[in-house]
Amino acid sequence: MLELLKRFYASFGLPRLIILGFFIILNIMAIVLEVNFPELVSASMVRIAMNGVLVLAILPSIACGTGPNFGVSLGILCGLVGGLIAMELRLDGYTNFFMAIVFSMPFAVAVGLGYGWLMNKVKGSEMMFALFIGWSAVSLMKIFWLVAPFDNPEMAWPIGSGVRVTISLVNRELAQLLNQTWSFSVAGITFPTGLILFFLFCCFLVWLFMRSKTGIAMLAAGDNPRFAEAAGINVDRQRIYGTIISTMLGAVGILVYAQSFGFFQLYEGPHFMPMIAVAAILIGGASIKKASIANVIIGVILFQGILVVAMPVFNIFTQDMASMAEISRVIIQNGIILYALTQVVSGRD
Amino acid sequence: MPEQQYLLQMQDVGKSYYGTVVLQDIQLALKPGEIHAVVGENGAGKSTLMNILFGMPVIHATGGYLGKVLIEGNQVDITSPQQAMEAGIGMVHQEFMLLPNYSITENIKLNREILKDNLFSRIFGPKMKSLDFKTMNKDARKALDTLDMDIEEYVKVAGLPVGHMQFTEIAREIDKANLKVMVFDEPTAVLAESEASNLLRAMQKIAGQGIAILFITHRLDEVMEVADTITVLRDGRLVATKPKKETNIVEMAELMVGRKIETITRRKDQLKEGQVVAAIKNLTVRMPGEYVKTLDLEVFKGEILGIGGLAGQGKIGVANGIMGLYPTKGSVEINGKPLQLNNPRESMKRKIAFLSEDRRGVGLLLDSSIELNIVVTAIENQNRFIRRLGPFTQIDNSAIREHALKMIKELDIRCTGPNQLVRRLSGGNQQKVCIARALTLNPEILLVSEPTRGIDVGAKRLVLETLVKLNEETGITIIMTSSELAELRSVCDRIAIVTDGTVAGILKPDDSDADYGLMMAGQKRRKGA
Repeated sequence: MLELLKRFYASFGLPRLIILGFFIILNIMAIVLEVNFPELVSASMVRIAMNGVLVLAILPSIACGTGPNFGVSLGILCGLVGGLIAMELRLDGYTNFFMAIVFSMPFAVAVGLGYGWLMNKVKGSEMMFALFIGWSAVSLMKIFWLVAPFDNPEMAWPIGSGVRVTISLVNRELAQLLNQTWSFSVAGITFPTGLILFFLFCCFLVWLFMRSKTGIAMLAAGDNPRFAEAAGINVDRQRIYGTIISTMLGAVGILVYAQSFGFFQLYEGPHFMPMIAVAAILIGGASIKKASIANVIIGVILFQGILVVAMPVFNIFTQDMASMAEISRVIIQNGIILYALTQVVSGRD
Repeated sequence: MPEQQYLLQMQDVGKSYYGTVVLQDIQLALKPGEIHAVVGENGAGKSTLMNILFGMPVIHATGGYLGKVLIEGNQVDITSPQQAMEAGIGMVHQEFMLLPNYSITENIKLNREILKDNLFSRIFGPKMKSLDFKTMNKDARKALDTLDMDIEEYVKVAGLPVGHMQFTEIAREIDKANLKVMVFDEPTAVLAESEASNLLRAMQKIAGQGIAILFITHRLDEVMEVADTITVLRDGRLVATKPKKETNIVEMAELMVGRKIETITRRKDQLKEGQVVAAIKNLTVRMPGEYVKTLDLEVFKGEILGIGGLAGQGKIGVANGIMGLYPTKGSVEINGKPLQLNNPRESMKRKIAFLSEDRRGVGLLLDSSIELNIVVTAIENQNRFIRRLGPFTQIDNSAIREHALKMIKELDIRCTGPNQLVRRLSGGNQQKVCIARALTLNPEILLVSEPTRGIDVGAKRLVLETLVKLNEETGITIIMTSSELAELRSVCDRIAIVTDGTVAGILKPDDSDADYGLMMAGQKRRKGA
């Protein structure tokens, strides 16, 4: 038993235990302080499922060996472009949502291809490269948003050209679309059934993919490129595939996120989203080199769960403590990324 | 006192790493002006001996050494290279320790610069002194002249031919005023023939100035040319120390190789020189550190062919070249049909499988399960263990599990189950996983590189026995590359010795030690035998 605990500790790592402990303490405090618990659970489920696909987007990049995709903002931008096109065509509801996905895919594939090609040119420093290419792309796209040739008044600035910073999805019957599909309440807890099912369906697709021939080749290329080369696998091509899939999932992810959020956030919006997604998968037990669907699900539950529960709990103490929720998010998010990076160096044998 | 006539003495020197004895009871004594050669195979303990003498951190980080080191009769305790230099020991390294963007003079004088006063240093103190390039250049010139090097001392090191770099390094050592003993660690390994003979001449010249030289090498002809005394090491022990006059190259070769283990498994039938399964012609492989240069070799169907030779001579490159892992030229015919080179997929399609010498680096997915490791190449190259649903594929878990369990049983892989991560297995069991993966491809030719590297003694035997059993039962042709000659001689039908990137000759397992030693040391084999 003790042996088992030790092994669990070794594989789980101290930082994750601290985060898990923090989450449990927060939950206990929430109950003790008589925060509206059913509401917390409902909110948690929404946050978890709406972020889930973005976290899932990090998985293929880790699997193919390019490390956590800090440049998933590229995929997010593609998703936003697809979403804006759907808005411009004045599509409503499901048509809008799914056509937005369809419109964003060609962009995501093309961008992923180029991004993956670049990743192969910078082997060894992919993460740093991804971080900065993501940030650069976000800034570059700000120019595009300013001159974007859309004329749907729901998105355009009242004067001049370009699109607004925040675009409401309410008028297109898109806000909360998935959340409200088949949603039901039990004991005060509202289940966003459609949203959860969509997230799990995406997980299932990725799971199927990882069990295909290409998926196995990708795993091998990510685990040990030299082995893969010797096994006749084209490592560079697998890395490009992984990057493309990651970018595509990023595009889907932001559309899921936006419909739950009720807005498209352009300009600064996508800037720090990759960090949140990367932190979540790492909290779930993934490393820079290895990740699984379970890591995605556990990670997003823990991380987003903490964010949801921390806010009202800290709020109860004092008004000033409200910013504590945000501070703890930043500490956890950057701390876990830092921890994962240190593991890369010492994890070799 | 007889002791005083020696510049350097090492008495009863021994060293062990984590309980494994790598060096034991070494005695060494050098007189002024003597060239003392230390010869031995890879792993005989030459480098460890030098590391002790030079006070390398690796020695002291692992508990120091046994025995005594005396310089001019006084015991010294050298715990850092700095101290070794102060004690008058100079070293010419195998890899050059030079700063490429500095001139030859600057490299020679690095950290021992000659300084002169200037206005600022008189006011602000000695830290502000400037370099006295004139004197430094003069010193450098003198050192270079000693070596007959007609190159300008102000030339930058970057871009110099390797021979000149080596000489620059030597010049740096002889420029040190207190130099008493100079160590040459395989100095000719990187040099062309003419450069090598220059170097040997320079060594004699240095020795003529009363400096003792310790010459580490495995090239016996060079030893016979310049050395006064020869010490042979084998398996960390001193086998013999003899004056050159009392020995000859054949005896040296015998002493160097020795016969270590007795044959484990003798094959019953002698091989008939039958059908050629692989004909290698003009094979050139650009594998760093193991270049193969226009190598020719024929492999017979059903044999176990050994490829032996010293490290760095190119034996490892042969199998890697055939598998297309490093840029390769030349021609390889498998069963009479040419093999497309530089393409691992093509090699596997032609029923060649490969066990890499770098098991953990190339041979395994360490963080994946045993079963995935076993089937992954078959999935990728033969579309086995997968189910097709139109354009989609899914791995066939039950077929994989069944096959993995079969392999685990057949090869006796000790594990907790097919799901265990390969990283957690011992070296021997990891090697068996590699063998299982290779066999899953149903190969006709199995290339095995260093199958027992990093495996403990008992498991070594098991791995070798597995290979022999496979060969006898399935008739698979095995090409086995190994640094351990004894191992090759115990299982192979024929052994090709690769020296300087090409086959020096093919020997039978029961040929004499001298033949092996000579061939590995780069002596051309006499006709016949």
